Amino acid sequence: VTTTHTEPFHVQAAVATLDWVSRGRAGWQLDVSTTEGEARLFGRRHAAPADALWREAGEIAEAAARLWDSWEDDAEIRDEATGRFVDRDKLHHVDFRGATFFVKGPSIVPRPPQGHPVRVVDATEGPARRVAARYADVALVRVVGPAQARAVRAELRNAAAKFGRDPDTLRVLGSLVVDLGDGERAAEPGHGGGGPRQTAQGPLYRGGPVDLAELIAAWHASEAVDGFHLTPVEPHRDLERLVNGTVALLQHRGLFRTFYPGSTLREHLGLARPANQYAVAGGAS
Amino acid sequence: MTVRKRMHLAAHFPGVNSTTVWTDPRSKSQIDFASFEHLARTAERGLFDFFFLAEGLRLREHKGRIHDLDVVGRPESITVLNALAAVTERLGLAATVNATFNEPYELARRLATLDHLSRGRAAWNVVTSSDAFTGENFRRGGFLDRADRYARAAEFVATARKLWDSWTPEGVARPFAHRGQHFDIAGEFGLPRSPQGQPVVIQAGDSDEGREFAAATADVVFTRHGTLDAGREFYADVKGRLATYGRSPEDLKIMPGVTVVLGDTAADARERAAEIRRRQVSPQNALLSLEQIWGVDLSSYDPDGPLPDIDPELEPALARGRVRVADPLAVAEKWRSLSRAKGLSIRQTVIEASGRQSFVGTPETVAAELDEFVTTGAADGFILVPHLTPGGLDEFVDRVVPLLQERGAFRTEYTGTTLRSHLGLPEPIWKG
Repeated sequence: VTTTHTEPFHVQAAVATLDWVSRGRAGWQLDVSTTEGEARLFGRRHAAPADALWREAGEIAEAAARLWDSWEDDAEIRDEATGRFVDRDKLHHVDFRGATFFVKGPSIVPRPPQGHPVRVVDATEGPARRVAARYADVALVRVVGPAQARAVRAELRNAAAKFGRDPDTLRVLGSLVVDLGDGERAAEPGHGGGGPRQTAQGPLYRGGPVDLAELIAAWHASEAVDGFHLTPVEPHRDLERLVNGTVALLQHRGLFRTFYPGSTLREHLGLARPANQYAVAGGAS
Repeated sequence: MTVRKRMHLAAHFPGVNSTTVWTDPRSKSQIDFASFEHLARTAERGLFDFFFLAEGLRLREHKGRIHDLDVVGRPESITVLNALAAVTERLGLAATVNATFNEPYELARRLATLDHLSRGRAAWNVVTSSDAFTGENFRRGGFLDRADRYARAAEFVATARKLWDSWTPEGVARPFAHRGQHFDIAGEFGLPRSPQGQPVVIQAGDSDEGREFAAATADVVFTRHGTLDAGREFYADVKGRLATYGRSPEDLKIMPGVTVVLGDTAADARERAAEIRRRQVSPQNALLSLEQIWGVDLSSYDPDGPLPDIDPELEPALARGRVRVADPLAVAEKWRSLSRAKGLSIRQTVIEASGRQSFVGTPETVAAELDEFVTTGAADGFILVPHLTPGGLDEFVDRVVPLLQERGAFRTEYTGTTLRSHLGLPEPIWKG
């Protein structure tokens, strides 16, 4: 969901709600809208450069996190003796002021099951990388080779540490478009070997599901990425082949789960539920 | 032979208000999807027309602090309804969404998406606000003059319809452009025409402006419930306005929001109704109701004691995020005389004076009274507002719906698949 032409308050409420209805499986890919065509659909502001819009996206990520925290987990008390449904000392105005917006809070939605639903940022381009390092739980990188992926991952982890984060709270996923074709065939050669090649839709892997498993295993072993984000070109055909071919092989090699040990998306990613910033600070309403 | 007039029924999720009783041991989560699913499935089991979610964009405050005596907090409506579309088959799904703090392209898209996911069951309850208090959560703040609320809402709905109509029924995308007082937008809409063509539009509110807006624009009016006579008057007034807009009376359904309490006998029902009222008006809520009339701090008063002698403050800043009564002096005087005449305490007065349930009785009498409202031209149906989450609709569906069906006053099966078909609304004409 874009942060450029939407209301930060609405977006965080919708994402928190998706987390409630899915019992802790929501994620939100933050993005910006740089074109005048997109601006005209909304008619509120003109197109702006990616740099400025990503700065705003960072502020919106911050505001959303505060709004998700604006209810402490135990704010609902249902205390019949005092007639109080909530303990209002555990609800917080966030009073967040960004360069282009202000939001008062608290959210209308209680704190979602995951605390903070998973935030995803495509960190391939420069302006997004800073926001990814600071706020993303999952950073996507669209590159064709493991060496490039390793470099971006190292940069993101360093930057995350500079923002005071534990770099292990950031998952960097290689983002590939996959075309698994109809039969078992070798990966089509791209630049520098049998790996993906750059296309207008992003790095494209074309080959069979077995070779894709090889590629995933190799990138993973060389610590180029923490995992993959795969976009099948033909969802019906390719997803089937991914699950029955590639995933089965990775499981056989012990590289991928064989059951879900947890129930939330954070648990699938091995990420802890974040503490509530207001509960820690013990701040007043 | 005349066709027997059948009623429409909808269910309101028990919400952020003092109708919803949260102290009852049967009261469960107001947030968990399981509660929404239970109520929606119950409504669908009862062959209801639609399920309705309200909205609030700022938590209410009282004396500068978050109001804590009623249910607080709720999920965002359209996201909940998208999920409900997967666990229901026929039930209409209505979201309340503010026309002031949203933009047409985005909202039209979200509603069209709901209509696609539900295969033609989406509705939008259009509400407006203009207060700076709510505006503090949004980019533009309290940007809109109160007087312009309905003008913006009308232009919003017209623009949304333009977007919904921008694809041909054959699935060809065509560019749209709209330039008006409130919106200046152009481009291509991101979604094919949805199953209903245009989601159903609901309007809530009884003001003269609201009635006119409904007559010009809405498919359903969600109105306040009153006496049979008041209902007939409202019904005739609103239906009478339709001709001006080239519409016929059946193009707009009038559905008051009602509460129902059932019992095995009339006395049993009255007793249950009184118990619900006592739970709705806690001692703390009684004082708060009084403070909203008087406009001053009354926390030192005893809720079981007499009403204050002092007169209300006329320009208070006590309560924010809710509508204040129009004439506090008159209300205060009415409440005081009620208290004197019947010897009532503050809490008893509030219970007596406010929010009595609409229909109280045995399933047979309630069914007969509901039917009378519809057959005598006071309503086209009702939006039921249960007081309990999630079981608040169970008894009505189990005990009253079969009686309505026996009388021929309510459908015995869904004959169509879309909300428009349930409501008997014509297919919207594609304006191209």
